[in-house]
Amino acid sequence: MANTAVATGASTRPNYGSMSRDRTWALRWSYFFLVLFAIFFLMPPIYMLITSLKTSAEISAAKNPWFISNPTLQNYIDLLSQNQFLVFFRNSAIVSICVVIITMMISVIAAFALARMKFWGSATLATGVFLTYLIPETLLFIPLFKMFAWVNEVFGVQLMNHWWTMIILYPTLTVPFATWIMIGYFASIPKELDEAALIDGATWMQTLTKIFIPVALPGIIAATIFTFTVAWAQFLYPLAFTTSTSELVLPVGIITTLIKGDVFNWGQIMTGALLGAAPPLIIYAFLMDYYIAGLTAGATKG
Amino acid sequence: MAQVTLRKVVKKYDEVLAVRGIDLDINDKEFIVLVGPSGCGKSTTLRMIAGLEEISDGDIAIGGHVVNDVPPKDRDIAMVFQNYALYPHMNVYENMSFGLKLKKTPKDVIDQRVKQAAQILDITELLDRKPKQLSGGQRQRVAMGRAIVRDPKVFLFDEPLSNLDAKLRVQMRTEIKKVHQKVRTTTVYVTHDQVEAMTLADRVVVMNGGLIEQVGSPNDLYHSPATKFVAGFIGSPAMNFISCQLEQAAGALRVRLNDTLSFPVPADRTARYTAHVGKPSLMLGLRPEHITETKPHTESNQHDFDMLIDVVEPMGMETLVYFTVNGREICGRVNPNAGAEAERSMKLRADLSNMHLIDDSTGKVL
Repeated sequence: MANTAVATGASTRPNYGSMSRDRTWALRWSYFFLVLFAIFFLMPPIYMLITSLKTSAEISAAKNPWFISNPTLQNYIDLLSQNQFLVFFRNSAIVSICVVIITMMISVIAAFALARMKFWGSATLATGVFLTYLIPETLLFIPLFKMFAWVNEVFGVQLMNHWWTMIILYPTLTVPFATWIMIGYFASIPKELDEAALIDGATWMQTLTKIFIPVALPGIIAATIFTFTVAWAQFLYPLAFTTSTSELVLPVGIITTLIKGDVFNWGQIMTGALLGAAPPLIIYAFLMDYYIAGLTAGATKG
Repeated sequence: MAQVTLRKVVKKYDEVLAVRGIDLDINDKEFIVLVGPSGCGKSTTLRMIAGLEEISDGDIAIGGHVVNDVPPKDRDIAMVFQNYALYPHMNVYENMSFGLKLKKTPKDVIDQRVKQAAQILDITELLDRKPKQLSGGQRQRVAMGRAIVRDPKVFLFDEPLSNLDAKLRVQMRTEIKKVHQKVRTTTVYVTHDQVEAMTLADRVVVMNGGLIEQVGSPNDLYHSPATKFVAGFIGSPAMNFISCQLEQAAGALRVRLNDTLSFPVPADRTARYTAHVGKPSLMLGLRPEHITETKPHTESNQHDFDMLIDVVEPMGMETLVYFTVNGREICGRVNPNAGAEAERSMKLRADLSNMHLIDDSTGKVL
């Protein structure tokens, strides 16, 4: 009896299409586009890798650029045995690490104050921080020339042509954005958490260090990754403000020393670019899990 | 010893008055529940006692000392929040001991207090867990544990059970009452749920529109409400309000609902009500349990009447019947076996000995 009833019911119902079939098609399309994008975005790095393994003669020979007939590590050996390249690398590393430390120290404290300690003008200040981020650096480097000249005149400190000047310059780009990310992250932490800490007897500083920083760790890591990437890849400021080979950072160093007039040493350029891209890649790979893990889970009603 | 005293306390947000000058004396060891609809100022009042909101005017004293300008940490209070507010990166033990650590309490004292509190709340096995590994009820216990270990003068609860499901809420309600009976700390508890208020409180404070409507024991509020608001807010289903007139007929005082329906006023109320004869905007307040099915013998002040029933709601142990008088829906509670049926006439009995007469223009119970 029951079976008959079910069968009749099913046959009279109009066929709207099944959920699982919809899902299958959605997945097929997702894969199609994902593969398409992956190919599109992986093409340049793969091309870099292939070119870095070729001799200059093979690169200039008009053969299939995606194929290597005589793979060689000569480009890597040449580049890494040059003192210059290691200097660029060292300059970039020191600048980036210092910029990350300075940026995070300023932006975490600033973001905490702007997000939580409601004071007169805090909202306007927060918007102001964001607006500074919107001004492109291409507009800033000429006024900066003027400022450097003024600093030299008044204080006798030469800021031009020193790699360490970048440690002062880059935070002007990274602090606003990192602060903005952190404001958003801190704002998502339930208000009751700092109220509970306040009642428990924590000072503002203790609330920041013992509650906010641990809870907002994914956000802090995201901001750190961003800051490091910006500092590591920054091109315009070092190009404008440094000229001596010993003062160059990696991106500018590769371009200025490996392109001589109209001679492009493609093998070494690609090798340098690939080696230069390695540190951010490694950092991403290590911190990605942390970045994604939501530490706030379970803080409040779940 | 920790009495909490509020004197003419006002809270103003820009130009909006959230709390309009309230006076309240909370005795030592007392369990006080602030109850009212959302926006009535109950949470604001609690947060002012905690020191999380500055007060705009008036005084708040804890244990005899005015604490208007004392920061929360120095008020010797502990608060349990609606969303628990546990520190997500710390385990239960660390959550409970955080406040004591900040006060630089010796380690062995912390350990002893945390374990004692964990025992009271039956969470000893959970001490190593992180908040995200706990269920809602367990998180609520930990939040209470965090309050207990600090051995404060006053416990403040801000709607602590609202996030729990109905069954767990009843269970935790009993738990909170048990804990209070054990630790006997002065407690101020905020809720919008009048059942929670009635079951937990030594005294209930009913708030409305930033003012205190009435303070009293749960039974006082239920049986002798001071205002129409309290009468309607306390009790579920709510008290019935029916527009009426008071008339003097043949030497007796009667409440007239309409042309066909009128009841004599109980003798003990006659003197109190006589002055209001002929007053407009009077309302009769009668709780659903005082409108029942008829019974074989009649006691004084009980009067039978016929009514067309609109809706019948069986609840198991009782049946709610709804009918219309003077355009208002009225609820009665009858025996499930009384044979109530929708759209059928039924003989009902009103017990006027529990009636309330309300002046609708002032909202006061006369």
